[in-house]
Amino acid sequence: MITIRHVTRRFGCFTAVDDVSLHVERGASLALWGANGAGKTTLLRCVLGLLRFEGRIEIDGMDVRSRGKDVRRLIGYVPQEVALHDDLRLIEAVTFVARLRRCDGPETVEALRTVGLDAHAQKRIGECSGGMRQRCALALALLGDPPVLVMDELTSNLDSAAQGSFLELLHDQKKAGRTILFTSHRHHEVEALADRVALLRDGRLERLCAPQAMADELGLRASVRLYLPPDRIDDAIAALATHGYSAQRNGVSIAVETPLRQKGTPLRLLALASIPVHDFELQGDANSGGDPSHGRDPSGCAVH
Amino acid sequence: MSADTATPHPTVRLAPLPRLSPGTVLLLARKEIRDALRNRWFLLYALAFTLLALALSLLATAGTGFEGASGFGRTAASLINLVLLIVPLMALTAGAVSIAGERERGTLAYLLAQPISRLELLLGKFVGLATSLGAAIALGFGVSALVMAMRGESADIGACLRLVGLSTVLGLAMLAVGLVVSTLARRSAAGLGVAVSLWLAFVFAGDLGLMGSAIVFQLRPGELFHLSLLNPLQVFRMSSLESVNATLDLLGPAGVFAMQEYPRALPWLFGSALVAWIAAPLALASVVLARRSTP
Repeated sequence: MITIRHVTRRFGCFTAVDDVSLHVERGASLALWGANGAGKTTLLRCVLGLLRFEGRIEIDGMDVRSRGKDVRRLIGYVPQEVALHDDLRLIEAVTFVARLRRCDGPETVEALRTVGLDAHAQKRIGECSGGMRQRCALALALLGDPPVLVMDELTSNLDSAAQGSFLELLHDQKKAGRTILFTSHRHHEVEALADRVALLRDGRLERLCAPQAMADELGLRASVRLYLPPDRIDDAIAALATHGYSAQRNGVSIAVETPLRQKGTPLRLLALASIPVHDFELQGDANSGGDPSHGRDPSGCAVH
Repeated sequence: MSADTATPHPTVRLAPLPRLSPGTVLLLARKEIRDALRNRWFLLYALAFTLLALALSLLATAGTGFEGASGFGRTAASLINLVLLIVPLMALTAGAVSIAGERERGTLAYLLAQPISRLELLLGKFVGLATSLGAAIALGFGVSALVMAMRGESADIGACLRLVGLSTVLGLAMLAVGLVVSTLARRSAAGLGVAVSLWLAFVFAGDLGLMGSAIVFQLRPGELFHLSLLNPLQVFRMSSLESVNATLDLLGPAGVFAMQEYPRALPWLFGSALVAWIAAPLALASVVLARRSTP
């Protein structure tokens, strides 16, 4: 459905995307993962025809450059933040974009209903929360029932509760069979939504792999803060050290760095050592946005 | 790449979209009119133009003693000078901030990610801003006409309408120049700065440059006339005078030359020059916008 062949994009002497080739099959979902400046958003903008580039990009067999309008009719675009005037009502924004996409009437209300905003149709964009704006962006992207969704940093402006419900909405779209291309630097988003992950570094495609393998491939780590009885902190540090976990005392808590997919292990180890844990916090991916160079060579990941 | 368990979304083969759709242009124009009505600067200029037109009409008709045509002539002359100052400023700045402002807010990238072409976007902006500009000019002249009517002045309706038309065409030319600036500017403040500089160049430097050139290079009337055709403001001034007074004698030897050399073709000559000042910048803006990446 989406074919990217030898795409290069330069900004002066800086190469933002360097000879990237990818293919996303119809109904599949691909995440573009990489640190800031890796070229994720630039590549998305090339797909949308917003940036000039060397190479070739086709959507459903149509060239982005020569048939840009037709290509963009097949794409629903969800930007990082919906960029429309704040004094527009949601229904006005949806109606305007619907007309641009050559669909109108009941589809506008339906789009708002799909994302749970039909009760807020008369609300102005400026009055909406970050979560509502992001839902609005998705509603606009769904107008015209496009087979492809292109999304930039899906939940970067959302709190954790809004992230969860937004990801659910996106999962529904994936189940509906849409082809999805998105950028993210959040591991849980990639795991929840992607079939494959393209790891970008300095504009180059380093490898393609399954999202489940990504954490190990990249050596992604998380930091877990554990709140313990003060008199058991030394015991806890010692118990974790015997299993190879390095823990740092931090006031009434300890901070333990773990592999991303083993965050529960320190809790289990402390339970086995009969050390009570009053509370815990996840401090985010220790190196999310990951440097793909930390990973091992992939096995069985095809780069087209 | 393997799909999830979902059935792939069926792609319906749609007819190719036309490169230029009038419906899309009008839709974007409507958005632009809405944006212009929210633009404080545009509203301020429109208000200033209307109030000044009103004041000039009152002043021009105050001394006529309800005598008629001379009141209209004086009002028209005042309005021509007012148009020469305000309309280019209003059009240049409105054009210069329109695309640059969208780029700055991020709305340009969002709009261009929709199934529209860059030419449609440019034309939509031009049509929308031209409509807003035309309405502001019509309002100013309308108020002026109302004052003259209330004071019992008789006016040449045809000349009055020609003046409105010429002012609008001048506005469109300056709007097109403003859009060129806007396609090149990254930020609306930069676009605004360039627009004001251009306005100064057209209004003041153009006049002074012409006068200076005439003296330094000992230009003949014909050369002076042809040189003045390069400045749209001069073209407007000459065509307005010709339209209201039916003569260019007021302009001196260059005007006399024009009346003798092009006795019948002057309206066409002026019209062509102004249309060229609309078409050429618009074409340039279209090329720049098409070639420029959208950040």
